[in-house]
Amino acid sequence: MSDKRLDDDVIFKLENVTKVFEGDNKVVALDNVSLQINRGDIYGIIGMSGAGKSTLVRTLNRLEDVSEGAVLFEGRDLKSLNKSELRNVRQGIGMIFQGFNLLNQRTVDKNIKTALKIADVPKSEHDKIVDKMLKIVGLEDKKYAYPAQLSGGQKQRVAIARALSTNPKVILCDEATSALDPNITAEILDLLKRINSEFKVTIIIITHEMSVVEAICDKVAVLNGGRIVENGPVKELFVNPKSEITRRLVYPESVALNSFDSEGRKCLRLVFDGTEASHPIIAELAAKKGVTVSILNANTKSIGGVGFGQMVVALPNDVNEAKVAVEYFKEAGVFAEEIEELDDSKDAISA
Amino acid sequence: MAGIDWNFIWEGFLQTMEMVVVSTIFAYIVGLPLGVILSVSKKGGLAPNRVLYNILAFVVNVSRSIPFLIFLVVLIPLTRLIVGTSIGTEATIVPLTFGAIPIVARMVEASLEEVGNGIVEAALALGAKKREVVVNFILPEAFPSLLQGAAINFVTILGYSAMAGFIGGGGLGAIAYQHGFIRYKTDILMVTVIILVVIVWAGQELGLKLASRARHS
Ligand SMILES: Nc1ncnc2c1ncn2[C@@H]1O[C@H](COP(=O)(O)OP(=O)(O)OP(=O)(O)O)[C@@H](O)[C@H]1O
Ligand SMILES: [Mg+2]
Repeated sequence: MSDKRLDDDVIFKLENVTKVFEGDNKVVALDNVSLQINRGDIYGIIGMSGAGKSTLVRTLNRLEDVSEGAVLFEGRDLKSLNKSELRNVRQGIGMIFQGFNLLNQRTVDKNIKTALKIADVPKSEHDKIVDKMLKIVGLEDKKYAYPAQLSGGQKQRVAIARALSTNPKVILCDEATSALDPNITAEILDLLKRINSEFKVTIIIITHEMSVVEAICDKVAVLNGGRIVENGPVKELFVNPKSEITRRLVYPESVALNSFDSEGRKCLRLVFDGTEASHPIIAELAAKKGVTVSILNANTKSIGGVGFGQMVVALPNDVNEAKVAVEYFKEAGVFAEEIEELDDSKDAISA
Repeated sequence: MAGIDWNFIWEGFLQTMEMVVVSTIFAYIVGLPLGVILSVSKKGGLAPNRVLYNILAFVVNVSRSIPFLIFLVVLIPLTRLIVGTSIGTEATIVPLTFGAIPIVARMVEASLEEVGNGIVEAALALGAKKREVVVNFILPEAFPSLLQGAAINFVTILGYSAMAGFIGGGGLGAIAYQHGFIRYKTDILMVTVIILVVIVWAGQELGLKLASRARHS
């Protein structure tokens, strides 16, 4: 692959981006962030509140100027663009928001047409495009409705139709599903996935929910305190979370990450990478070897279309039985690891 | 009531409407852009400009805090310059307009403030120019609120016009003062006051009705 091809595949490249909000108390919202997002990716950026996610996504269309470093869109440094070049670039980058940000005093039709007008699309094409967009998002019957007459999910569909109407190369989503309930979230994510595959639109998703990343992202970057603590394919992050913050995001909050459960049994984390069914293995262990392990937490799901999951089990107190169980998991090809204490009691695990 | 010259009253009503409507329109021609500039140049606005904002805000605040009666007197030379006289309906339009401009500007500014920052973000992300953000996003979103503000301003200007009647302005205010008050014609005073109250009420109602009809959220 030549260098040229390589560059063509990259849509966004962040080089040592730092963003400092000056003020009474200065905030370093982004701290030396380097990142590469490829064309066609569904790229997740996850982090806790205040991690700098919104700031990061806003640097991608220069709603926010960077303090240091560079944001390259299709190889061009956004900083180098003049006003009209920047507006052109922005027209190629759609954006949707947690609060929808629709014109509430305008119909769905007018909301989309306003975007077309801004992009200087000839008026004669407006109706055709609006109808096409509404068909894509499944709101043909709401063309003349006002946003107040729509549900949250429908409003987000309108926002997606508006973002898509000018034929963007990327759509940025800042917590686009955070105001929606789980099944509506799933519908919106499905729609985004379809837009990604049908129209080859790169999608960048900002979220604080791992479930959103699991549902549609190919790759993910974990942001904490303005720094990227790890990034890569979503599966890798699940199988082998390197940082504490990632573990906290990957594990449901209910799971205490201790080496031993409340009854003093040693805990084991099992990861299923789509090749084995998760639950039968525990049953087989009991049936074939006569060893029972207790499931403390099971979290299995489909990521990128592959059955995937993890489970925390408590091993039997009997050392031999525990050994049998661990061997059995190994034979079955299940990734199993003892849970490390994240605090100072590290020596407890080596037993 | 037999002594009331209804033609005279009708004449006064028309003069009042002329003064108030024309002044309101003129005040908006200047006050609307002024309000937009105030809102846009403010800290955290679309195009912050501290110097411009501070100057405009100072002028608006000062002129708004001057009692209208003093405004009327102070502006007499300017009125003479523009209209040729300082007495009568046309002449009153000048101080009314100048008195109303800062009020309109502040009202417009407040209406535009109601439009969430999210709309501006969305507009900029779509690649809109600043002018387009104002014209295609902020103003349409603020429209119902602007209408409501216009109704309130209309009533304020009506009150000013009645006051202008005291110092040589025309309209119902002048009739109420010169004929009703000075010449002790209680019935004329009553009738003009009632008509003024009805105009206030009708203006308010109409404005609110239009605003709520325009509002879709
Ligand atoms: N305009 C601003 N001025 C000053 N500080 C800011 C500004 N915008 C963001 N910050 C600060 O930068 C940090 C990162 O904010 P940001 O909005 O990017 O976080 P986030 O990850 O999107 O959080 P959330 O999940 O709550 O939306 C925070 O400490 C925030 O207070
Ligand atoms: Mg945010």
